[in-house]
Amino acid sequence: MSMYAPLLVAIPLLAAFAIPLIGLVSSKLRNTWAIAAMLATVVSALLVVYEVLTVGTIVYALGALDSALTIPFDSGGVPIRIIFVIDAMSAFMILTAAIMMFAVTLYSISSESKQTGQDGYYALLFLMMAGIFGMVSTGDLFNFFVFLEINSLAGAALAAYRINRGYSVEGGLKYGFISAIAGMLFLFAVGMLYGQYNSLNIAYIASVIEFTGLSLVAVVLMITSLAMKSGAVPMHFWTPDTYSSAPSSITAILIVSSMACLYAIFRIAFSLFGLTMNVVTVGWVIIILGILSMFIGVAMALPQKDVKRLMAYHSVSQIGYMLTGLGVGVAVLGDGHLMAEFGFVAMEGGIFHIINYALYKGLLFLIAGAVIYRCGTKNLNELGGLGHSMKWTMAFFIIGSLAIAGIPPFNGFASKILIYESVFIFNPFISVIAMVVSIMTLASFVKVFHSMFMGPKLPQFADVKEVPLPMLLGMGLLAVLIILFGIFPDLVVKTIVEPAALAFIDQSGYIGSVMGGV
Amino acid sequence: MELTGTLLTGYGFWNPVILILAGLVTGLVAYLLWKRGVSTYRKGSEQEKPYISGNPEPEKNAVHIRGGNVYWGFTEGLKGFYSRVIPAHSGDLNDYMLWYFGVMIAICAVVVIFQ
Repeated sequence: MSMYAPLLVAIPLLAAFAIPLIGLVSSKLRNTWAIAAMLATVVSALLVVYEVLTVGTIVYALGALDSALTIPFDSGGVPIRIIFVIDAMSAFMILTAAIMMFAVTLYSISSESKQTGQDGYYALLFLMMAGIFGMVSTGDLFNFFVFLEINSLAGAALAAYRINRGYSVEGGLKYGFISAIAGMLFLFAVGMLYGQYNSLNIAYIASVIEFTGLSLVAVVLMITSLAMKSGAVPMHFWTPDTYSSAPSSITAILIVSSMACLYAIFRIAFSLFGLTMNVVTVGWVIIILGILSMFIGVAMALPQKDVKRLMAYHSVSQIGYMLTGLGVGVAVLGDGHLMAEFGFVAMEGGIFHIINYALYKGLLFLIAGAVIYRCGTKNLNELGGLGHSMKWTMAFFIIGSLAIAGIPPFNGFASKILIYESVFIFNPFISVIAMVVSIMTLASFVKVFHSMFMGPKLPQFADVKEVPLPMLLGMGLLAVLIILFGIFPDLVVKTIVEPAALAFIDQSGYIGSVMGGV
Repeated sequence: MELTGTLLTGYGFWNPVILILAGLVTGLVAYLLWKRGVSTYRKGSEQEKPYISGNPEPEKNAVHIRGGNVYWGFTEGLKGFYSRVIPAHSGDLNDYMLWYFGVMIAICAVVVIFQ
């Protein structure tokens, strides 16, 4: 049984609380500690992922004499401890988060070097990591809520990290408020389930759940709260306000945080409620949220003049693809034939898009941060001609924008084609909308490319030079992964995406992994 | 034999390696054709200066088309749509909360009706 699972949360927590103390000694030592802690977290994440893919689901009960003993002998058959359940889907999310966090930490060493309050910055960054890893690893609803709150509070504080004439504080406050409301209603839903089934463990509740009126309200509260935290239309309004005012490195982590919430929507739909709810209705609700997100997101992005606000709207749009792909999976969950015909591929597309989106959207936000770092503005009307002086940043931008627009052979195309072709069988209209949205995305990024990098070298940016090496390394890591995932999509799908999709639809396997240890 | 990099989509397949190879071959053919042409480019000559019908070259700031001008026609054509959607993004948290509770109630109603 894996000993690495608790380290995913323990290392970032230890790093977070030690950073302010180490920062008192020297800033160099603090940065070295941050990089070392990040490397240790990534190594434990990779070990966990490797173990899940080779051995199977990891179940770890904290505080038990035997970590595999999920149900104590005197608990009446109910699992009670803090239990981590890491199946292939959780492992997929852990991998995604680890890659992004490593790139962001590397990038932050340079991008935040001139800022004050870096001790707080890195401490909160590691708290956010602990929250995200906890959210995707836990098998307990209340623990999920606790990790969600850790993640949200750290995220809100980080979004407001730079004063920036009050905009950042407003963005952070909005994120904090929205997160608090979403968290509170999620907790309310957890209470409804606890009142009925006397347990907070997902696997246990899934094994005894009946679709009562209270369960119905609980599923709606959970899905809407998490959809708002993911940034799904029409509950997305906070995303442009917060993403545009937060430091770019933090925006990239907020992307991972929204992915963790998206993961939770489908963990609840597939593993907790499964076929006890009306999967067709819930599936269609998710699909409609997805369609709205795709179209409204990209339509609002096109006229934007603030590059980060524009990218934030694209985030909303991309969330739509994942909601649609996985929503189709939920809608056909009760029909084995339809699931085999197209539902499973749609789910693979949606899951594959999660990691692809995290990579290219993270890269694009880091690029926006690089431009702001050198030029001091994010206004597209003021920028121009940067291709003369920031060649590496421009090359990374081309890779990221072609990937988000779904242009072959980049990774965005690989996941989108899985969604297009499978969803086309389900409903051709949705597939057509998805393709139109991709074209509009390309149009939008052509505008950004032209506005930032094309044209003559402008006099006010005559002294602008390329960003420091650590920032380039952070962006380069993501760019290389985008290319590799695009050229070898089958390898990625077979290794991590297909097992993740299988884990989602195997509700009995999930229940058995926890309840089987009686 | 299955080709390396072939992704089966359930409806068809996608192989980026074939696309890249095709792109390389096409690029090579284009390059060879280009090489056969007559070069008239002279580095550092008048050819490198912008020619605007004999008028003097405007300042660099004046010739760059700014981001706000791009897709002006698109947004103008969809004025009816944008005039409704943009005001909804009011920046007011009260509005955001109203949308959230509204959507929650709507979804609850849908799930109850189609239970």
